[in-house]
Parts: sequence; structure tokens; C-alpha cells
Amino acid sequence: MFTESVIERLADGVWITIQLAVMAGAVGTAAAIVSGLAGLSSSRAVRWANQVYVDFFRGSSAIIQLYWAYYALPIIDRDLTFSPLQVGVVVLGLNMGGYGSEIVRGAVQSVSRGQYEASTALSIGGYQRMRYIIFPQAVLSMLPPYGNLLIEMLKGTALVSLITLADLTRVGLDLRQAGDLSSASAFTALLVIYFFLAISITFIVRRAERFARRSMGLEA
Amino acid sequence: MAQQQLEHVADLVQTGTTQGETIVRFERVRKAFGDLVVLDDLDFEVKAGEKLVIIGPSGSGKTTILRVLMTLERPDAGGVWVDGDYLFRVEKRGRLQRASERHVARVRTKIGMVFQHFNLFPHMSAHDNVAFAPNKVLGIPKGEAKDRAKALLESVGLGDKLDEKPSRLSGGQKQRVAIARALAMEPKVMLFDEVTSALDPELVGEVLNVLRELAHNTSMTMLLVTHEMGFAREIGDRVVMFDGGRVVEEAPPEELFSNPREERTKQFLHAVLDRT
Amino acid sequence: MWEWQVVWDSLPALWKGLQVTLQATFWGILLAMSLGLIFAIIRRVSPGVVRLPLIGVLEFIRSTPLLVQLFFLFYVLPNYGITLSGFETGVVALGVHFSTYTAEVYRAGIESVPRGQWEASTALSISPVQKWTRIVLPQAIPSVIPALGNYLVAMLKEAPLLSAVTVVDVLGEAQRICSRDFNCLEPYTMAGVLFLAISIPASFLARRLETRFGPTTA
Ligand SMILES: Nc1ncnc2c1ncn2[C@@H]1O[C@H](COP(=O)(O)OP(=O)(O)OP(=O)(O)O)[C@@H](O)[C@H]1O
Ligand SMILES: [Mg+2]
Repeated sequence: MFTESVIERLADGVWITIQLAVMAGAVGTAAAIVSGLAGLSSSRAVRWANQVYVDFFRGSSAIIQLYWAYYALPIIDRDLTFSPLQVGVVVLGLNMGGYGSEIVRGAVQSVSRGQYEASTALSIGGYQRMRYIIFPQAVLSMLPPYGNLLIEMLKGTALVSLITLADLTRVGLDLRQAGDLSSASAFTALLVIYFFLAISITFIVRRAERFARRSMGLEA
Repeated sequence: MAQQQLEHVADLVQTGTTQGETIVRFERVRKAFGDLVVLDDLDFEVKAGEKLVIIGPSGSGKTTILRVLMTLERPDAGGVWVDGDYLFRVEKRGRLQRASERHVARVRTKIGMVFQHFNLFPHMSAHDNVAFAPNKVLGIPKGEAKDRAKALLESVGLGDKLDEKPSRLSGGQKQRVAIARALAMEPKVMLFDEVTSALDPELVGEVLNVLRELAHNTSMTMLLVTHEMGFAREIGDRVVMFDGGRVVEEAPPEELFSNPREERTKQFLHAVLDRT
Repeated sequence: MWEWQVVWDSLPALWKGLQVTLQATFWGILLAMSLGLIFAIIRRVSPGVVRLPLIGVLEFIRSTPLLVQLFFLFYVLPNYGITLSGFETGVVALGVHFSTYTAEVYRAGIESVPRGQWEASTALSISPVQKWTRIVLPQAIPSVIPALGNYLVAMLKEAPLLSAVTVVDVLGEAQRICSRDFNCLEPYTMAGVLFLAISIPASFLARRLETRFGPTTA
């Protein structure tokens, strides 16, 4: 059953999963912001390239991408050999970005026209307008769907167990395989731990939401 | 107390223009939204330091005039000249050509605008609303920009609201922050678009006081769209009656209000004054 | 490096695998759409003692990885005398997992039916079954079609997971060829291309639904 060593191994797996989720979340957030803003670019070429990115990742399957990046890519060129963790971070991050893109774009568009006009009247243009005026106001409406997106990404991290990364799911599979845990306890433990991680994300995002509301001068 | 502080607005506002010279000129400006012609070959001039009041029925294009001047709308034809430059065009070898965004941006800094619905930045304190653009756009060091912003806010009677977010201010207070914010950029020409019409009646006075102070004690060029006829009469150097995309009549306030020449103006004044 | 011969040789198997993927998606969608509707209705009509646990369970399923749920069903159910094939396990897992999403979508649709409609049904003494089938659902469902469409595409994208429980779907076929012939580039690439050939049109279709029926409600 859940001996000390079993718990230790599960903890190692959790740690890998958390690292992967944090890094993929960072890549995904960056990709979402870049892609969301690219979708609002005045340049057609930029918008088009961005649409290709979004359609590709929204249209294709993360698990196939993982297999392809881990097993097929190195055949094209040996230099394209990456660790499972690297593959996981990039693939999960870019997938998250494809969905986050629309969240960012929608939230930026929901900032009222008056804010753009007031910026223009004060000669606040281009980058500064986005960075200091529009984006900070958009964050509040981004946060709830962003929280859901993070949970989807966290769920996606389980896929890396299939490309040999010793994440939480892989540890569970191995423990069951070796007979250290029964199937029922192994997978129940995994589900409960993932659920706990998901709740933690919800909790953190709620905190961020409260903070954002306060900084907009709204009731928390 | 607010009244006393208001007297300092004048000290804080420097415009650096020569009184009496033309500072804004609309030359056959045309603007249409689809089939609707809003500015119909409009011509008019504003002199430096002048307080010009624009009146006219709803939908007549008053806001559009200010928005064109603020570069929020681009005219379809004609020229808008501000203090030595055309807004959207530059002269090259004797011919006018479409101006670069850089040129537009440079001319734009000469103009400031206060909106009907304030458009304050909700995520910034009153203090930051006023200090932000001078710091980031004009490059004034942060401390200095903050000091000036504080002085401006004090001068409009909001010295005790520096750290409040806009959502915690009344409409009148918001509009005073918005005025301070526009003034902080030291524009030569200020545009006011019905700045009291979104306010509860009891808050109108505090905003008009600030405008009055600016009008009487500074050399700033002001274009005001307003339905407050008493106020227009009090501070205006000249009133322009506007309808159908054209100037119907213009005259000093005394003349225009007590003795309008045009039938259209009479009707309009009748309707407005009856209402109040 | 890239050999067209390998591509040609692997295409028939991949094509067969893709059909398995599509079948699993199809049955999974049917299950998710009906189960989700049942959950949404139970949520609406049942008392707190039923509703609150149900909400908790749905939340739990929605917040945890489909892959682990798949393993759970595949390895644990036999202990209770329920032995399903990999394919059946996959359909159940897909269907149950996504029913937690479709339930939310239906719920939003049901809640968007104006109160007056419910009250009128009561006032006219319409039977509960008729109230749902004749009054509420016909009004609730059209508005949720775009949101449903998005989840159906999401199910298609998750379907290749079934290869993890021995289903020889499009990804399973690619794995097979990769480990048998040590030709991995072509089969994985072609699996991805074949999949995209289905999923990109599907997601365009979903987006068309969205513009046609208005914005997503859930
Ligand atoms: N962006 C736009 N698109 C289409 N029509 C517009 C746009 N902006 C203004 N208009 C129309 O142009 C006309 C003039 O508008 P404008 O706002 O300048 O009028 P106004 O004189 O300020 O009226 P009010 O007293 O009601 O503020 C109106 O009929 C308005 O509906
Ligand atoms: Mg107007």
C-alpha cells in the first residue's frame, strides 16, 4: 500500500508535473499574449501567420504532436533531439497559446473605445497604450477563462507519461506495474492528486482576480 | 476652499501662444459616415487664446469637429491647420501630401481633449491618471511629473483625492481629474465636449467653476461644445451656431443670444431655452 | 531520410486506424451529448442531497486528466467484473469526461429559457415530461449548438489517447509501424497529417456554427 517509498515516488512525480505545468504555463501565457495581440495587428501578413498558428494548434491533437516531436523530429535532424521535458513544455505551451490567443484578443477588444481615445488625446500611442492602458484593463476579463485554460493544460501534462517523462501519471503506472500499488489505489491516488492541483490553480487564479478587481478600484 | 485653490490653475497653465493670431483653421473640411454628410465643406477659424463656444442641435456634427481636431477621425477632404501645420498633410515642394503618423503625432500634442464620459483610466489613481502621460510621453522625470500632477489636482480642488481610483470618485470629481489630466500635457488648444452633460445637476457647478477659472485667467485656446447657454454667454468670446454640417451663424454671445439673425438659430435657441 | 515508399506502405494501416479514431469519437459524442443532457436535467430538478454530490463529481471528472480516467476504467473495472475492450473503455471515458462539459453547456441553455416559459407550463398544467420535451429543451438547445460544437471538436482531438489502452487507432497504427520497422518519421507525420485533414475542417465547421448561431454561451 502507501508505504513511505511509494509516497516519496509519488511526490517526485508531482514535482515533475508541477515543474512541467509551470514552465508550459509560462510558455503558453507568453504565446497567448503574443498571438492574441498579433490577431489584432494592422498588418494582414501578421494576422494571417497568427491564424495559421491558432488553427494548427486548435485543430490538431496534442498527443500526436508530442509523439511527433519526440520520435519523428530527431529523425529529420539529430540536433532536433530534445528531452521529454523540453518537448512537453513546448508542445503543451504552444497548445495552450492557441486557445489563450482568443482569450487575450477578446479581452483586449472588450476594453472600451473611450480608453483608446483618451490615450490618443494624451498622445499615448502604440506600445505604451497597449502595455500601460489597455492590457492592464483587459487582464480582469481574461482571468476566469485563463484559469480554466491552465487546468486544461495541467490535465494535458499527463500525456507526457507516454513519452517516458517520469511525471505523476508515469509514476502511478510504474507503481501499479511493479505491484507496489493496486490498480484501484494507484489511479485513485493520481486522480485525487490531480484534482488537488486543479483546485490549487483555481484558488490562485481567484486570488489574482481579487487583486485585479481591487487594482481597478472595484469591490473585491 | 476649492474656490481658493482654483485660482492657482492659471499659474499652472502656460500656453506660449501669441494672442489673437489664428491657431486653428478648418478649410473646406468634409466628413461623411456612409451617406450621412456630417461636415459639409466646413470653414472656420479660431484665434489663439479665444474661448469659442459651439452650439447646435443634436447630431449636427459638433462632436465630430472636436474629434477631427483631436485626430480621432480623419476628414474625407479639406485641411485642418493647427499652429503652423496641417494635421493630416505636409507640404512638400509646394504640394500637400499625406502626412506620416509621426507628423500627426507631433501636431496632436498641441491639442488636449476632455470627454463627455471622462474616459479616466480606471486602473490608475487620480494622481497617476494625471502624471502618467507627462512622464511616459513627454519624458518628464517621474518625481517631477507627480509633483506637477499633485499641484494640478490641488488646483481643481482634489488635493485630498490623489490616491483614489476613479471608481471611488463622483462624476464631478472624475471630470475635474480629466481636466487636470488634459492640462498636464500643456496643450495649446483644449477641446471640451459637453463635459457636464453626463453629470448629476448638483455636480455641474464644480466643473463649470474650473472651466470658468481656465477661461478667465489663462491664455489657453478653448473650444467648448455645450448646452449650458448661460455659461456659454458668460465665458465665450464667440459663439458658433452649427447645423447641417455648416456654420449657420457666428457672433459674440451677447449678440447671438439676444439678437440672432438666422431663423435656424432662433428656432434652436427657442427650443433649448424653453427646455431649461 | 524521408521515404515516400514508407509513406505509401503505411497509409492503408493509418487509414484503418483513422477510422477507428472516428468511430470512437462518434460513439463518444453520442454518449457525451446524452449523458450531459441527463446530468443537466438532474441538476435542475433534483433536491440538494442529489444535486450537490453530482456537482462535486462532475467537477472532479472535469478537473482531472482523461488519460488517467482511461487507465482507471481500463485497469480497475475488471476487478468489479466489468471487462470492456480497449475501444469500449475509450468510448466510455471520452463520453463521460466530456459529458461534464456538455452538461454545463446544456445548463446554460436551460437557464436561458425565460422564467415565464416555466411558469406558463405550470399554469397550463403541462406534464413535467412534456414541459421538458415540448417547451424547455426546444428553446434551450439551439442556443447551445455552437458551444457543443467546440467540445465535439475537442473530443476528436482527444480520441487518439485511446492508443494508450491498446486501441489500434491512427496513433496506435503509427506506433506499431514505428516499433516494428524503426521507420518513425513517416508514420507519425502522416498520422498527424491525416488527423489534421479531418480535424481542421471540423474546427472550421464548429466556428461556422458559432458565427451562425451567435457567440458561445458556455
Ligand atoms: N463613427 C460614426 N459612424 C457613423 N455615424 C456617426 C459616427 N460618429 C458620428 N456619427 C453620426 O454623425 C452625426 C453627427 O454626430 P456628432 O456626434 O458629431 O453630433 P453632435 O452634434 O455632437 O450631437 P450631440 O449633440 O447629440 O452630441 C450623427 O448623426 C451621428 O449619428
Ligand atoms: Mg456630441
